Amino acid sequence: MTASDETASEVDRAGEPLALSATRSNSTDPRSHPMTRSRWRKQLRPALLSVPLLSIVTGLIFPIALAVPARLFFPGQSRGSLIVRDGEVVGSRLIGQSSKRPGDFHPRPSAAGGGYDALASGGTNLGPANPKLRDGASDDPATPTVDESFAGVRQLASEFRLENGLPTTFPVPIDAVTRSGSGLDPHISVANATLQIARVARERKLSQERVRRLVQEYTFGPQLGFLGSARVSVLELNLALDDLALAVSSPSPASP
Amino acid sequence: MGFNLAWLHPFWALGLPIALSFPIGWSMFRSLDPAPDRVGRGLDALPMFLCRLLGRRKPAEMDWKRYALAFLAFNMALFVLTFGLLYAQQYLPLNPDGKGSLGALGYKDAAGVDHPGADTGVVFNTICSFVTNTNLQHYSGEQHLSYFSQMGGIVWLQFVTPAAGLAVMLAVIRGLRGDKTMGDFYVDLMRILVFVFLPLCVILALVLVANGMPMTFEGAVKASPLDGAAAKMDTQTICRGPVAALAAVKQIGTNGGGFFGPNSAHPYENPSVWSNLIEITEIVVLPMASLVMLGLMLKNRAHAAVIYGAMLAFLVVGVVLAVHYEVQPSAATENLAVVQGPNMEGKEVRAGAISGATWAAMTTATSNGSVNSMHDSLNPIAGMVAMSNLMLNVVFSGIGAGFLNMLMYIIVAVFLAGLMVGRTPEYLGKKVEAKEVKLAMMAILLHPLLILAGAGLFAATDWGAKTTANPGPHGFSEILYEFSSACANNGSGFEGLGDNTPAWNVATGFVLLMGRFPPILLPLALAGCLATKKLVPQTAGTLKTDNLTFFGMLVGTVLLVGALSFMPALVLGPVADHLMAMKP
Repeated sequence: MTASDETASEVDRAGEPLALSATRSNSTDPRSHPMTRSRWRKQLRPALLSVPLLSIVTGLIFPIALAVPARLFFPGQSRGSLIVRDGEVVGSRLIGQSSKRPGDFHPRPSAAGGGYDALASGGTNLGPANPKLRDGASDDPATPTVDESFAGVRQLASEFRLENGLPTTFPVPIDAVTRSGSGLDPHISVANATLQIARVARERKLSQERVRRLVQEYTFGPQLGFLGSARVSVLELNLALDDLALAVSSPSPASP
Repeated sequence: MGFNLAWLHPFWALGLPIALSFPIGWSMFRSLDPAPDRVGRGLDALPMFLCRLLGRRKPAEMDWKRYALAFLAFNMALFVLTFGLLYAQQYLPLNPDGKGSLGALGYKDAAGVDHPGADTGVVFNTICSFVTNTNLQHYSGEQHLSYFSQMGGIVWLQFVTPAAGLAVMLAVIRGLRGDKTMGDFYVDLMRILVFVFLPLCVILALVLVANGMPMTFEGAVKASPLDGAAAKMDTQTICRGPVAALAAVKQIGTNGGGFFGPNSAHPYENPSVWSNLIEITEIVVLPMASLVMLGLMLKNRAHAAVIYGAMLAFLVVGVVLAVHYEVQPSAATENLAVVQGPNMEGKEVRAGAISGATWAAMTTATSNGSVNSMHDSLNPIAGMVAMSNLMLNVVFSGIGAGFLNMLMYIIVAVFLAGLMVGRTPEYLGKKVEAKEVKLAMMAILLHPLLILAGAGLFAATDWGAKTTANPGPHGFSEILYEFSSACANNGSGFEGLGDNTPAWNVATGFVLLMGRFPPILLPLALAGCLATKKLVPQTAGTLKTDNLTFFGMLVGTVLLVGALSFMPALVLGPVADHLMAMKP
């Protein structure tokens, strides 16, 4: 049987008028004859043809048809919202970065690789009742190549207090002691940023008021006043602080 | 702080898709089930043209067996071709970062020994997972797949598998209303793609790009971080790619498989508060809209409203419970000098705990499975809500598949109600007899059987016990969740589980297939049975399926049959986890 024969028989069958709301007769269905080889072929042919057809439509035409307007209308966003300084990519507005410099605002702790490793994004996946999450874990000396040490909530909280000169019972903001789901969270809460202002101002020899204004400038949300909560973009804020330092050290210093 | 508007998030997240489901459902009804004289006319010429490329001039008239066969043959073809693609991605184009075959991924066994390049299981699992519209991922997209595989393998399966599920739903509805034919699988498939998925995805993807989602074929970028010493990295390698193309269809097609490992928790896959709201709306809007379409197609809106209402009731209760428990402080911060606020472990600041819990409930209710927070780190009862949704598997669930699952419960509810009043049960004017009830019970019992037997086996042996990341009941929860997610074709996970081992890959691959095909084919057979039956005239004694009594009957049946079978397992997992964390 050739392909055209099959098509012809298909048309014959399909040629019957479609009576969608007609009442059914009680006679046995004439199409329930036993399976034959030609029927198998009739099933396989559209199945095999539809795979390349649909993969071209949805897997090739669709992404390309999308990439073109995305590139034209949203050139920055479509390429990852990258931040470029002096021709060099320093990061992305959306991807957090580790920073331990005392003069910087510090992001949340991260479970992505050694911290904010965008190749190893992920969370801790520890259950709330897991003692490791609360108390941490120390490095296993039996495996010198792998570092099993893990800072728990207790340790992260006391480190945060020490770093920012807070009294020992001061309650630390929750986002400063928990790791995000992606490990790349670019934001911290406003409460978290506020507690870091004194340290940053001291290290950078700026007035607290100046730093506070900059923090406000990089505080986003809640969108339209009701969506999400207020948050501070850490990398952008640190870059702005660096720019400020450059402006201050340049020959014509800006007014403080 | 007082009243905070962030609390209203569940309200938007539920209100927006409900509002959108009506116009979308109406347009689905108009475009997917055209009157006979409008077939091939106007816009309908486009899907007909695609069918002509497959060698079809006019829609074939399939009975349920031929429809099922077409569905299976199509899935078989998907399976074989995608297997080849993922295995050979290193020889194919669009691979700027030089990724190798997925089959060479390798795994680490229970004793911690690495087996590089020895795991074909992960390819099998991945294909099973994407062909069944599940998107369980035992690999990490940005690390292991080329752009060609992401587009040609993942994205296109994310288009066609929900379309195939919706096509079967169309066929079942035609059977239920007593049509002479159940339609043509390929015509349905093309119409769904052309009229539902492609237009919605183009619009949504562009909106997502505007919100900051990357859509590029350029490779990863190397950035010079401000403080390289802090992370012991001189450069930060930032993976990107055609994310928006995948993310739009991932959300709208109840797929859930992310471009990046952490899914919509990754800032590129969910860049802003707006994208978060759009994506959460996408999760549930089409399953809702398909029920609106059901009411219009059956010309029985009240019955569709009962189903919609029952599902919505479960969803609202789930969301409220999950949010309530997730804003409680986590056990990890108890008695420490830390703000006793919401559980932020595994959550992003821009999304927050309320949205995380809402998302968790909605993504598991539907068979979506994308996440914007790590479910493993949810507070135990919030995690239990997610797990219960997977176990019930009828709260909107997959596009098309959700109604098919609920149909089985409707048949059982009708049967139980019939027994109570001593009448032959009827559904939509057709007598429900032993054969139909048997088919329905088979579909319903298969779900707990696969989940409980699988979880029991893996919890008792090294296959599962050695792969958990958390001790005690939470470890058991990880195993239970993985099987529930696989069987419900959801795809989310308690991701701490070391699930890329041959045992997990093969077992969940099998459960995925069993969780997809029987629950789709049994309703199709049932509709085929009902279609051939004579209409029974309605009398005063006919049990109505479109009123509040039946709503109660349906909810009760789902709770009794569905929930009770899982109660003991839930007590051993999340409930024990919750109680143990409460210090006396």
